[in-house]
Amino acid sequence: MQRRVFLASMLAVVVLGALVTRVIQNQYYYFAAYVILQYVVLATAWNILGGYTGYVNFGSAAFFALGAYTSVVLIKAAAAPLVVLVVAGGLVSGLLGLGIGYLTLRLRGVFFAIATLALAVVLQTMFINWEYVGGARGIYIIRPKTVPFFTSYVEFLFAVMVVLAVVAVTVAWWIENSRVGRGLAAIRDNEEAAECMGVPTLKLKLVATTVSGVLMGVAGAPFPYYVTYVEPSSAFNLDYAVNSLAMPMIGGTTTWAGPVLGAVLLGTAQQVATVTISSALNLLIVGIILVAFVILAPEGIIGLVRRVTKGKRG
Amino acid sequence: MADPLLEVHNVTKRFGGFEALSNVSLEVREGERFGLIGPNGSGKTTLINCISGALRNDGGRILFRGTDVTEMPAYQRTRLGIARSFQIPKPFTSMTLLENLCIPLEYAAHARSGGDEAAGDAREILRLMGLESKAHITPAGLSQIEMRKLELARAMAAKPKLLISDEAMAGLSSAEVDDILAILFKLNEDGITIIMIEHIMRAVMRFSERIVVFDAGAKIAEGTPQAIAENKEVEKAYLGE
Amino acid sequence: MFSVDLLLNAIIAGILLGGFYAAVSLGISVAFGLLDVVNIAHPVFVILGSYAAYAMNTSLGLDPIVAGLLFTPVFFALGVAVYRIYYNSFEKKGEESLRGLVFFFGILFIVEVVLLLQYGVDYRLVEAAYIGESVHIGPVGIAFRLLVPCLVGMGLTLALYLFLSKTFYGRAIQAVAQDSLALRLMGANPIRIKTLAFGLAIATASLAGALLIMIGPVEPSMNREYIGRVFAIAVLGGLGNIGGTFVAALILGVVESLTSTFYGPSWALAVSFGVLLLTLAVRPAGLFGR
Repeated sequence: MQRRVFLASMLAVVVLGALVTRVIQNQYYYFAAYVILQYVVLATAWNILGGYTGYVNFGSAAFFALGAYTSVVLIKAAAAPLVVLVVAGGLVSGLLGLGIGYLTLRLRGVFFAIATLALAVVLQTMFINWEYVGGARGIYIIRPKTVPFFTSYVEFLFAVMVVLAVVAVTVAWWIENSRVGRGLAAIRDNEEAAECMGVPTLKLKLVATTVSGVLMGVAGAPFPYYVTYVEPSSAFNLDYAVNSLAMPMIGGTTTWAGPVLGAVLLGTAQQVATVTISSALNLLIVGIILVAFVILAPEGIIGLVRRVTKGKRG
Repeated sequence: MADPLLEVHNVTKRFGGFEALSNVSLEVREGERFGLIGPNGSGKTTLINCISGALRNDGGRILFRGTDVTEMPAYQRTRLGIARSFQIPKPFTSMTLLENLCIPLEYAAHARSGGDEAAGDAREILRLMGLESKAHITPAGLSQIEMRKLELARAMAAKPKLLISDEAMAGLSSAEVDDILAILFKLNEDGITIIMIEHIMRAVMRFSERIVVFDAGAKIAEGTPQAIAENKEVEKAYLGE
Repeated sequence: MFSVDLLLNAIIAGILLGGFYAAVSLGISVAFGLLDVVNIAHPVFVILGSYAAYAMNTSLGLDPIVAGLLFTPVFFALGVAVYRIYYNSFEKKGEESLRGLVFFFGILFIVEVVLLLQYGVDYRLVEAAYIGESVHIGPVGIAFRLLVPCLVGMGLTLALYLFLSKTFYGRAIQAVAQDSLALRLMGANPIRIKTLAFGLAIATASLAGALLIMIGPVEPSMNREYIGRVFAIAVLGGLGNIGGTFVAALILGVVESLTSTFYGPSWALAVSFGVLLLTLAVRPAGLFGR
């Protein structure tokens, strides 16, 4: 029953997204909504590893950028269509995810987190030194002139991101309500005990890191067409790493709704702030909100809401 | 006598230069109540870590029901029927007691249908342990003895053939020790082989049919509680020269 | 192209750089190695130190090292404040590992953005009479802007080493790493000792920051480059081992300098992060760990 409600509402989101493109004309809204949806995907992806499994990834930007640069290569080499880019970006980042999954064999807790940060810098350096994709200077990407069914390419990108966000959230929801999700929660709570209770910890961690990597890569794949100019410092921007962990932390890390809520709230606030204040100031606000939440409301908004409703009942 | 359920052959475990276990061999028979004692740091916990798969032994072999499990990851050993409790309880803190038990039920006891059936089994085990009233709270709300019972309950939920109880009674009152002992006797009656590691002599002596004594990583004595109590070597290991 | 002179110069420059890296890494070695506090915001405090020295240098014409020393009490107080929040919010509840890490990540981000708002993305540098000078010994040129930071870094390492091994408080800090029971027997309050040690760790960032801006121009986001470096050095040196940290800093300095000379500066950073990844994966206890 619950399953039907969830899937129906996901379908409704897609339909709504499609309808919106028939109604709204102002292109700015599509630009803004794209970014927010992209954060829904990133935050959801981060949360599968960070929130469900308890492994903090500081290198989200690396997975995102890997997806973006995979697209750059494919656009430049083969002028591949967007569907191919998304699939390829997901695959490449998924492979990197699988790789960091094996790192969990030796590295736990803070050491794992530091390793992901190091990984991001190493990858960024490699792209800075890779001339084919523009090196440190960056590279211009030309959007296809027209796209069927949509009045502008940005509307099309928006629609693609709606679908990707729905896919990401559905994957997270499925994991959460499956045996896999319960196994991941056991790993998060106590990895040694989980293994001794029959949970194949390595296998499940590999699933989590790979799925998380795939989704982050998928989020990055349309990025070159969105910005039309890709450079390492924008693709590997620390903002992605901070936001993709701040959003779940603020929304709540134990359910799929947490990262979605965090991404929509924080993402919208940032979009508004960028227009009305300044982009540096809006980052400051994100930082302060993040610190305030980890100190004061470690369970996020979802946790706060639960505490309040429970309090009323009891 | 019954066949050996667990065979440990010449197991050695080193940490850097320190040999925590040297050439240890022992057998545990099906249905047995087996005691493992020794001073702190004598290698008891290292041995059960090797048996359960938390550590890999550097030398020797471990067989369970005739299958060589030496190279097997811990989770597979649990699925074969080796379950353990931890000396320092390691509950799944974000889950209710019921959910705590559902993990081994789903993953080790192969309650494939998951969901309702696992929850039913979990409730049954909680009832057996006297924890049914706490089924829907998280472990943070448990007392010391309840936490120990949860450790045992969760191990039981893996539906093991061999249960290793690692100091399940340390720090408990005399009445609470009897409480845990009664549970372990009951499990043994139901056909589960039990290895008990314990410092509380009264409990091990009463519970075990056979006892092995460890000192400095080696087995120094083996026999009935009676024989161990009268063994001079054992006395020396415990009391010093 | 390759030549012995070039090699020699690269090695000397690397050693000098290493002495400075030691100054940047000591705070991490104390906080992470001895206190188990994963302060990934340490490099951003170093950058903060750079800007403090910059402000003093441009407004009052103060020597950067003097400025760095003058600011150590301020940074000490900052460290004490940060540790208080950290302790009360995370450590006390036993939730330090992951949430604590995110907390420091947030601090890093906030300090960086504040500096960005105040000073912008432009590179800033300091002036002092000796900064442009250098001496030549045979084919090897030694720039004062590298020599002075190296010497100060060595002095800082020695001072910290002596403090930790010879004084009561130093030994108490060492004891807190091993077990707090021994510490209580010494009659010291573990929380106070840890607060003191963390304050000290951040205080070193003030001086290290002054050295950083002497070596080259600084901008707010530079702290990120140092996250990998300082952790690579601290882990490689064996956590909490001051002497080991110093040797590891020299090794990394030389490796980076060689990479930079023979492959180009853009690879140098990847080398230090690569070393960190390798160390973590192969020998997390470091070169000098047990």
